Amino acid sequence: MRRRSVLGYGAAAFGVIGMTLFAGWWRVDGPGAPQAVGARPLPLTEMEFSLTNHEDRTVGPETLIGSPTIAFFGFTYCPDVCPTTLADISDWLDALEGDAEKLNVVFITVDPERDTVEAMAEYVDYFHPAIRGWTGTERQIARAVEGFRATYEKVPTESGGYTMNHTASVFLFDAQGRFVSTIDYHEPREFAVPKIRRAMNDEEAEGA
Amino acid sequence: MKSILIAMLVAMTLPFGLATPACAGSGDVVVENAWSRASIGTSRPGAAYMDIRNAGDEDVTLTGLRTDLAGMPEFHLTSTNNQGVSSMSPVGEIAIAPGETVALAPGGMHAMLMQLRRPMEEGGTFPLTLLFSDGGEVTVEVPIRGIAARGPDD
Ligand SMILES: [Cu+2]
Repeated sequence: MRRRSVLGYGAAAFGVIGMTLFAGWWRVDGPGAPQAVGARPLPLTEMEFSLTNHEDRTVGPETLIGSPTIAFFGFTYCPDVCPTTLADISDWLDALEGDAEKLNVVFITVDPERDTVEAMAEYVDYFHPAIRGWTGTERQIARAVEGFRATYEKVPTESGGYTMNHTASVFLFDAQGRFVSTIDYHEPREFAVPKIRRAMNDEEAEGA
Repeated sequence: MKSILIAMLVAMTLPFGLATPACAGSGDVVVENAWSRASIGTSRPGAAYMDIRNAGDEDVTLTGLRTDLAGMPEFHLTSTNNQGVSSMSPVGEIAIAPGETVALAPGGMHAMLMQLRRPMEEGGTFPLTLLFSDGGEVTVEVPIRGIAARGPDD
């Protein structure tokens, strides 16, 4: 591992974050699971929200019951985290080959203002064909985020625009809609793919 | 020895564009593995990644970026907290000690390209100039990969 150092404008905390980062934090699970205790996502069967997919069809948690699900939040104006997650997921789906067809893979935007149905359709088209894009009203997206016990926040930028902070973990549910686990942001394929397999095996174990 | 080193540096830098070594410190900076993702139009910001190595024996400090591609290029750091929430914020100066490499990589630091002046088209390149505190500049030609690219070789 090469040594790297980062020094901000005297911001010691920044340096600490930077050092941790460049020590390869993304390979590490961090202090505990990304979900705080008690913040486990609801089963999909207990969530209530209604969104629109990138093909302009009404969708909701009930759409996902019957197949195992990979779901995550993001926004298409995100230059780093979201394309990385979408590309990582595309890579995992490639690793699953034909089994990828048995999965629901859903990218839910937290930025409905800019991520219209058309914007989502254009964007998901560049990634694995199994990936669906969901958008909707701000209220319905807030309900979806709440069901996943995820968070998001609109943050103004110095240029007068805004960006979104959001939960970057990927959520896995089995075919009955039960939460199985999360995959951390940028988790390597060799950890991510077995987790997805586990969500799929839960389905077979139940004989669904 | 010095001339061999310089020749090596020039050779290593050539595939990525021409370095402009104005000063001893930043003149010894080598940029490798530069890449970026294509954009859809110009409304969304882009990001570029690379390894920036200080091959000299003096400290160097990166102070900023310049490119004709974007109205507002800036170093950003993505961080993810223990709740799994990711956020992105501008980085001030970046010091690179002799022999060290700073990696701009997905999930860490990136060259954030705000206010794109033209779309970033897959297969193309764009010039990106790194600005250093000693007044030196290093310009690299950054290849543009697909939107779903995961690294410089995608
Ligand atoms: Cu950024």
